[in-house]
Amino acid sequence: MTLLEIQDLHVGVDSREIIRGLDLMVNAGEVHAIMGPNGSGKSTLSHVIAGKPGYEVTGGQILFRGEDLLEMEPNERAAKGVFLAFQYPVEIPGVTTMNFLRTALNAQRKARGRGELSTPEFLKKVREVAGSLNITRDMLKRGVNVGFSGGEKKRNEVLQMALFEPSLCILDEIDSGLDIDALRIVASGINGLRSPERTMIVITHYQRLLHYIVPDYVHVMSKGRVVKSGGKELALELEACGYAQFETAA
Amino acid sequence: MKQVLAKADAGSATSNFLAAALERLPGAGLVPHIRARAFEAYERAGLPHRRMEAWRYTDLRALISEVLPLAPRPDAAALARAKASARRVAVDQAVKLVLVDGIFAPELSDLGELENELHVQSLREVLENSATGAMAGLVLSTTDDAVISLNAAMASDGLVISIAEGNTIRRPIQIVQVATGSSVSAFTRSYLQLDKGAHATVVQSFISAEGASGYQANDVLIALAGDEASLSHLRIAADAADAVNISSGIIAVGTRAKLDLFSMTCSGSINRYQGFVTLGGEGSKLSANGVNLIKDKLHADTTIVVDHAVPHCTSRQKFRAVVDDCGRSVFQGRIVVRPVAQKTVASLSTRALLLSDQAEADNKPELEISADNVTCSHGATSGALDGNLVFYLRARGLSDKDAQMLLIKAFIGESIEEIFADNLRDFVTAQAEHWLQERL
Ligand SMILES: Nc1ncnc2c1ncn2[C@@H]1O[C@H](COP(=O)(O)OP(=O)(O)O)[C@@H](O)[C@H]1O
Ligand SMILES: [Mg+2]
Repeated sequence: MTLLEIQDLHVGVDSREIIRGLDLMVNAGEVHAIMGPNGSGKSTLSHVIAGKPGYEVTGGQILFRGEDLLEMEPNERAAKGVFLAFQYPVEIPGVTTMNFLRTALNAQRKARGRGELSTPEFLKKVREVAGSLNITRDMLKRGVNVGFSGGEKKRNEVLQMALFEPSLCILDEIDSGLDIDALRIVASGINGLRSPERTMIVITHYQRLLHYIVPDYVHVMSKGRVVKSGGKELALELEACGYAQFETAA
Repeated sequence: MKQVLAKADAGSATSNFLAAALERLPGAGLVPHIRARAFEAYERAGLPHRRMEAWRYTDLRALISEVLPLAPRPDAAALARAKASARRVAVDQAVKLVLVDGIFAPELSDLGELENELHVQSLREVLENSATGAMAGLVLSTTDDAVISLNAAMASDGLVISIAEGNTIRRPIQIVQVATGSSVSAFTRSYLQLDKGAHATVVQSFISAEGASGYQANDVLIALAGDEASLSHLRIAADAADAVNISSGIIAVGTRAKLDLFSMTCSGSINRYQGFVTLGGEGSKLSANGVNLIKDKLHADTTIVVDHAVPHCTSRQKFRAVVDDCGRSVFQGRIVVRPVAQKTVASLSTRALLLSDQAEADNKPELEISADNVTCSHGATSGALDGNLVFYLRARGLSDKDAQMLLIKAFIGESIEEIFADNLRDFVTAQAEHWLQERL
């Protein structure tokens, strides 16, 4: 089944076109990698899928399970199962991580027509996942991402991904700023969430991550378009030859 | 019919209004004489205006133009309306003392339940029972501020509260000041004395009864926290949408004593809270905080002057304002450190969150430091909600409204969390949440 279908998407910011006719088809349960040089529009694409304001979609469409995603509020998209792990997770002082997780989880459950989790159920769930990601209780008590290292912020994104049980996960450079140990923890957390009901789009600049999260398909993005698609071997080719060959192609 | 009591550029005719008011104001002997002097001081200065540094952003002369006539003594119907409103703002467990239209209302107050250590009288009672006029000092104006002078001249009632040495009053004392009339003014003046080692919490709530509009409230609270005493004072102004509220607090803090101040304004049309705190005993501590929630055309001004008069005192201040619609927030914080006041620690942080394009915030910190061995800091910011934070929350499933709520609550929480007592913190939080729910 086609989960996500992007057709001839055009997106501009301040009247500059950043996504320039992008097509992408993703079926349920697949893992797709999107690779591309800095500035090729990867984060812009992820933001548009998640519904960030400030982008102007000038053409094309995005269908999620056949529904027009662009018509939905960001929270509706989240409730429908779209999850974006941000390249740069924000810090929210004054809102404890625990309070945030609970508020968000209950908002999504409510929108999906499920009841709120009881406090013990919630705590049990959070502690289980947090433990596997090496997230301490102290971190859960602090403001969201406040004083977290780069790696801790990324682990917090994976924690949320596990809690919210999305059907489409977009991981925007989840590997950036991680040392090898942190990368292993994050990757094994993500691999543990792979399932036939869960689709992933793994955005990365480097091939390194794809040693840990092995994709079914790889797409190369350049200047706002998908310029080449292939199997996981395409990532190896990129590692060997770099992006330069595609820059001209775009 | 609106009657002008005193124009800003008043001539001598206005003194007739004082003469008329005097017949209704308490106090014999020296008291009327002192009132007349205070009124003259007010008339000389007139209403404060923007060319006066302390009133630069709140040009009262332009904003209100006239002082309204004294409210009539509340009748049974007014008292019944006041009672209904007072019930709605009652702090759990508090000893309630109610002033209606500037007059103490014993029938609405919890006088029967006073702890023995708590001594409460009305200002009227004190002034009237003093044959010699020895209590005349109670209406003496202690600053050259014209609104305080006017209050001294016109004060119709208030509370005189004292707590003897070493006593702790467990229940909060809540002074509820209700306005029931329209286009009238109420002048109240209260005194609070905590003797050595005494502890108390005093909440002052300004509210209106159903139907009251366009009134003016002018309140002065003069307090003394004696050596090693500890006083928490909360002021919450929730006046009618077109009302004016000018409140002044003049508070002296003794050796190793502690003062916690919190001020919240959540409605009205013009509101000014001015606090003058003198840290006059070594080792005394002030924690002054507040939240102003401003919408429609509300102009809310918080002006705090802290005088570090002796060494080794600490003052910490955190004020937050949320400004929507055409609202205007003013915060002025003046910190004076006298030459002798070595080892002073003073900090001041003021932040305003602007929710609309027309919203405006003025922050003016002023440090006058005359001692060299001190640690003083201040910071002021104003700006809109961070769209990236709102989006992050929405991407996690929160509606736009819930995302904004959560962020605004976190923002004002920085100040509210400083309130020491759990029940009062919850009380303030609930009031703030109510405001937010109505707004968003
Ligand atoms: N908010 C924005 N305003 C202006 N330009 C932007 C904005 N966001 C992204 N861009 C520009 O769009 C291009 C693509 O950026 P981005 O999507 O972040 O690329 P990537 O994630 O692939 O590195 C870059 O040239 C970047 O400068
Ligand atoms: Mg990027």
